[in-house]
Amino acid sequence: MCGAPAQSPTLPPHVDVTKETVIWGAVTKDGSPVPAAYVRLLDGNGDFTAEVVTSATGDFRFFAAPGEWTLSVMHKDGAVRQNVSASGPGLVEAQLAIA
Amino acid sequence: MSRADVLVSADWAEENLNTPGVVFVEVDEDTSAYDGGHIAGAVKLDWKTDLQDQVIRDFVSKEQFEQLLSAKGIGNDDTVVLYGGNNNWFAAYAYWYFKLYGHQDVKLLDGGRKKWELDGRELSKDTVTRPATTYTAQEPDNSIRAFRDEVIAAIGAQNLVDVRSPDEFSGKLLAPAHLPQEQSQRAGHIPTALNVPWAKLANEDGTFKADKDITAIYDEVGLDQSKDTIAYCRIGERSSHTWFALHELLGLPNVKNYDGSWTEYGSLVGVPIEKGA
Repeated sequence: MCGAPAQSPTLPPHVDVTKETVIWGAVTKDGSPVPAAYVRLLDGNGDFTAEVVTSATGDFRFFAAPGEWTLSVMHKDGAVRQNVSASGPGLVEAQLAIA
Repeated sequence: MSRADVLVSADWAEENLNTPGVVFVEVDEDTSAYDGGHIAGAVKLDWKTDLQDQVIRDFVSKEQFEQLLSAKGIGNDDTVVLYGGNNNWFAAYAYWYFKLYGHQDVKLLDGGRKKWELDGRELSKDTVTRPATTYTAQEPDNSIRAFRDEVIAAIGAQNLVDVRSPDEFSGKLLAPAHLPQEQSQRAGHIPTALNVPWAKLANEDGTFKADKDITAIYDEVGLDQSKDTIAYCRIGERSSHTWFALHELLGLPNVKNYDGSWTEYGSLVGVPIEKGA
């Protein structure tokens, strides 16, 4: 594991990124990845859409749709909320630093 | 039945890890979560391989359920405490399933794995083995399980509660957004269904809201308590969470979980579908 952030998300086989809107990134604290953080995807009205737990390298990803979204992170060491906008299918990166 | 009979806190769980007759059982969507660390002494149930028939889409038979619980070392008189990830979706599904096969004393750990982790409580990687039992299940109690024909008959007649997210209800998404969206079924919802996302019933840490707050949520959308209620989602696990809230916490009679849910309904030929909010 090197210090540089991943350049693309790890996706399951057969996922077509010309059709899927993938919101992805990593959760960090003071520059270090945070595993086992709970990341929520909220829709444009703030309603819960999905939740994932970050990997050993702090990574997360969602299969959403074009539109306005909010990411909300919960962890015993901190939290953060961040808005993200997806204009169309493809990869949308969001790096989340908890404090 | 009261809340204390069906829901236990993390503190209670920690105090009862070694209590004879109390068996902790982890059930996750991510079936590898258990192996990365579980509550000490807890056994694992795999919802896909243990609780689903491996050929047709249905549950395991009564005999298979008996074999499963016997092999896991769960006895008829044991208090089974279920917990898991995804805010207890799959643990609630297992709870409903245990009730379907007549287990008397089942409880959910409030908040499941998430609350346990957020509290910084201990997880163990030790292998857990329990001495085998001879478990006897009851015939399936279909008074808590809805099938497709009853669901179609309930349109406009009984309460249908779609517990998926608003974007799945409207047809914008076809699955919860941690899963790829390309799916074969049609998008939308069953006509006349109320959209009450499961997440409205839970706090952010995964614990259930207070009974009065849950009641207020259903009052606000106009759930008619004089009618029967069928809850559904995509594959029946989030709707188990809602079934638990309505039937076990609030004590409403005649609440069923439609485990066929949207993957079945959205694939049926010729049934009515509504789109939009």
